[in-house]
Amino acid sequence: MRGNFSTITKMVSASVVAAGLMMAAPARAADDTIKVGILHSLSGTMAISETTLKDAMLMLIDEQNAKGGLLGKKLEAVVVDPASNWPLFAEKARELISKDKVAAVFGCWTSVSRKSVLPVFSELDNILFYPVQYEGEESERNVFYTGAAPNQQAIPAVDYLMSEDGGSVKRWVLEGTDYVYPRTTNKILEAYLKSKGVAAEDIMVNYTPFGFSDWQTEVSAIKKFGSAGKKTAVVSTVNGDANVPFYKELGNQGIKAEDIPVMAFSVGEEELAGLDTAPLVGHLAAWNYFESVDTPENKKFIADWHKFIKNDKRTTNDPMEAHYIGFNMWVKAVEKAGTTDPDKVIDAMIGVSVPNLTGGYSTMMPNHHITKPVLIGEIQADGQFETVSRTPGLVMGDEWSDYLPDSKDLISDWRAPLSCGNFNVATGKCGGKGTN
Amino acid sequence: MNVLHAIGLTLLFLLTTLSPSGAAESDLRAIIAKFATAKGFSETGAVVHELTAAGDPAVERPLSALADGNLYVRKADSLVFIGKETGESVQLFDPLSGEASGEAAKDDITKIKVNNTLRRVIRDALGTLTLGAKDPAVRIAAADTMFKTPDAANIGPLETAIAGETVASVKALLEQARAASVLVSDRPEADKLAAVALIGARGDRDAVSLLTSVEASASGAVKDAATAAIANISSTLALWDAGQNIWYGISLGSVLLLAAIGLAITFGVMGVINMAHGEMVMLGAYTTFVVQQVIRTSFPGLFDWSLVIALPLAFLVAAFVGLAIERGVIRFLYGRPLETLLATWGVSLILQQAVRSIFGPTNQEVGNPSWMSGSFDVGQLAITWNRLWILVFALTVFGVLLYVMKRTPWGLQMRAVTANRRMAASMGIRTPWVDALTFALGSGIAGIAGVALSQIDNVSPNLGRGYIIDSFMVVVFGGVGNLWGTLVGAFSLGIVNKVLEPYAGAVLGKIVVLVLIILFIQKRPRGLFALKGRAVEA
Repeated sequence: MRGNFSTITKMVSASVVAAGLMMAAPARAADDTIKVGILHSLSGTMAISETTLKDAMLMLIDEQNAKGGLLGKKLEAVVVDPASNWPLFAEKARELISKDKVAAVFGCWTSVSRKSVLPVFSELDNILFYPVQYEGEESERNVFYTGAAPNQQAIPAVDYLMSEDGGSVKRWVLEGTDYVYPRTTNKILEAYLKSKGVAAEDIMVNYTPFGFSDWQTEVSAIKKFGSAGKKTAVVSTVNGDANVPFYKELGNQGIKAEDIPVMAFSVGEEELAGLDTAPLVGHLAAWNYFESVDTPENKKFIADWHKFIKNDKRTTNDPMEAHYIGFNMWVKAVEKAGTTDPDKVIDAMIGVSVPNLTGGYSTMMPNHHITKPVLIGEIQADGQFETVSRTPGLVMGDEWSDYLPDSKDLISDWRAPLSCGNFNVATGKCGGKGTN
Repeated sequence: MNVLHAIGLTLLFLLTTLSPSGAAESDLRAIIAKFATAKGFSETGAVVHELTAAGDPAVERPLSALADGNLYVRKADSLVFIGKETGESVQLFDPLSGEASGEAAKDDITKIKVNNTLRRVIRDALGTLTLGAKDPAVRIAAADTMFKTPDAANIGPLETAIAGETVASVKALLEQARAASVLVSDRPEADKLAAVALIGARGDRDAVSLLTSVEASASGAVKDAATAAIANISSTLALWDAGQNIWYGISLGSVLLLAAIGLAITFGVMGVINMAHGEMVMLGAYTTFVVQQVIRTSFPGLFDWSLVIALPLAFLVAAFVGLAIERGVIRFLYGRPLETLLATWGVSLILQQAVRSIFGPTNQEVGNPSWMSGSFDVGQLAITWNRLWILVFALTVFGVLLYVMKRTPWGLQMRAVTANRRMAASMGIRTPWVDALTFALGSGIAGIAGVALSQIDNVSPNLGRGYIIDSFMVVVFGGVGNLWGTLVGAFSLGIVNKVLEPYAGAVLGKIVVLVLIILFIQKRPRGLFALKGRAVEA
């Protein structure tokens, strides 16, 4: 979901790094191993988020090998570096599938990188596990979405703020970075809020560029908007890196969470690690996982992670849990199918259920999205989140939002005989808005 | 018998008055013990209400601990304690007296959870309790809270407090808080009109916020008075808003100036297109991080001085790297701008990846010293300390640089080499040496800019990326080779940007500024302040 301006500079950087990596990539082809592709940026702007996911995948693969591998074979990770360069993602995906013959790929972070690899995966018929919360409006046969769809993050978060526990918020600032994920999410949220009786003048939408660092005007606009005598909250889809100056400015201008809470969808433990969180206590985030969740599975996962990365201070986060779930689902599906052949595994995936880290089970649904609980957490002084609300049951990912006019009639079901990612229930035909 | 009875009663009375906390304390303890069994935020909230209803100032300690998330329940005996985390264990204190009561392992106690709603409830409750505090700052905070959450029940305590208040400024705030409470009470209309007038005179956003809700709920003369007061305040605030935009513009301008001023030397004076300029800024920021790490682990008392200590170090680190780049790469490429551009671009990538390998890809935490946190008010204008210091710092750096360029022999040599390299060389100036030192100076200044920028931006390997384009824009717009041009360029771009932003939004605002610059450069290719003379034509 996160991303950055594509500039000439980035392309130069990407190709330089890529050239270096291609030479270093192992070209072994052994039949006694099953190869797993890892497609995360290790350089460039997205390295900040994606490097952690690469390490998490290596850990999961190591652990599986320690358990005896898969189908009697060892797993072998093939790591490539798409260098935060969207076209390079497609090239690297092609290389992983055609040259390295991987059985499945775990990767991508930004929506634009996912969109860039989609044609490659459907052409070469392989599997992609996408671990990040995203804007929805997509369901592909070759992709399994283990991150949250908008109804698994944004809608429950807004519901919480509207509830008495959340402060009965009446006025809304939707603050986001200017790209596809915030724009789509805010469109859904605006429609949702209006359906709940919020007047148009009680919603303020604002966008800022990537890596924005001078938040003075925006924060004082929020302050002004919040002084209308009604309880106000900010719903932030601000991109990872721009959050630090945003929160610093909030703290400096004295906006307290008790007065105007900020609910963020892109701020996790990793982002807070670069911040002094004392002035931010009480601001909120909605995720499907927090490092602070107290379950035996999570404790073991954190301990394993610290051991693997050899650093007790490294945090865990939501996309890591998504990879944990996705990888375990894939392992189970391969065991069920008895082969790594992508077509068979894709069919076997649906209905597979594995434990998640928050004390329950996640199941792969026919729309290639999973069921997850939604947690709302408040930032604590130690940089962790304290869960203040949790959906009573699991929420099923809804790829086509019910609140957008072009997608409310669409459903997705990849089981035979329907096998369609955008079935229009109104017209009874496959192929509505399509995959944009 | 009667006498005995009377004596007994008196004794009893004496006992209770002599140790008033005796009976009340056990009551309070009984209430506090209920935290252990309260389930969910609403039940915890009910206990908070019960505790404040007791009206004893002693409850401030457990309540503030609860608001800070420091109240714990011991699992073994369900007793409530204030806890202080020390590594793996938690030190326990009595919730009322604050006496130390031993230690517990983290797994043996559970934290009583609070959320924003509960924190607000506690804050409001503490407001009433701390009205009589000795510290005026606490009384001001209490008055402020009560102003924002008016309640008819507050009128009584506020009137007592007003009568006993000696500090005039606190008294004014208390009266405003009383006025706010009057507006939500069932007092007669005349009282309410007086209250509206008093709040209208306060003239800030909180007053508008309060009056808006009054306007919505009141009727008749009070409603009209509120409407008039809001209109009155809003027109004054509109003026302050304009002033605020200008201030934000100046502040953005000072950041642009800091980022661009080093480039004004390397690109402006020497003509080197240095794409690694942003990475010099980043190195300065990382130097600050390292300095703070050392201070945190070895000399925690010096934390407020960390930036002052980091400044010379950042200058040296960046200047040294700059020197190495000039000697190693750029000196072979003078007069070949395209190759310089590509080579320095490569250098910037190497530096970024080197920092990423050493420090990791994630953001590093650089703390703000206490004198750079928070804000103060000038009229209705909130000025944040960090922005103010950065402005002062940027102007100081500019002044020092101007002095070096115009008043020192080194500056003279620099300008001579720029104006006419061959002539300067013939006069005995060692031009390669001047080139190297000038480049080092420009890089060093970028380094100290990094110290300042670490206070407002992410310290990550990508820090420099965000500033390189803006820096070039400022230098080109201001006029290549002219320090004053850079100053004027930075501030005018900053102000135009920030004045446009509230109307056009940040994204469109930036686009408009870029288009304006392109048009301007079309008209005046040499920027605002063009260098004149024969040297320019060469």
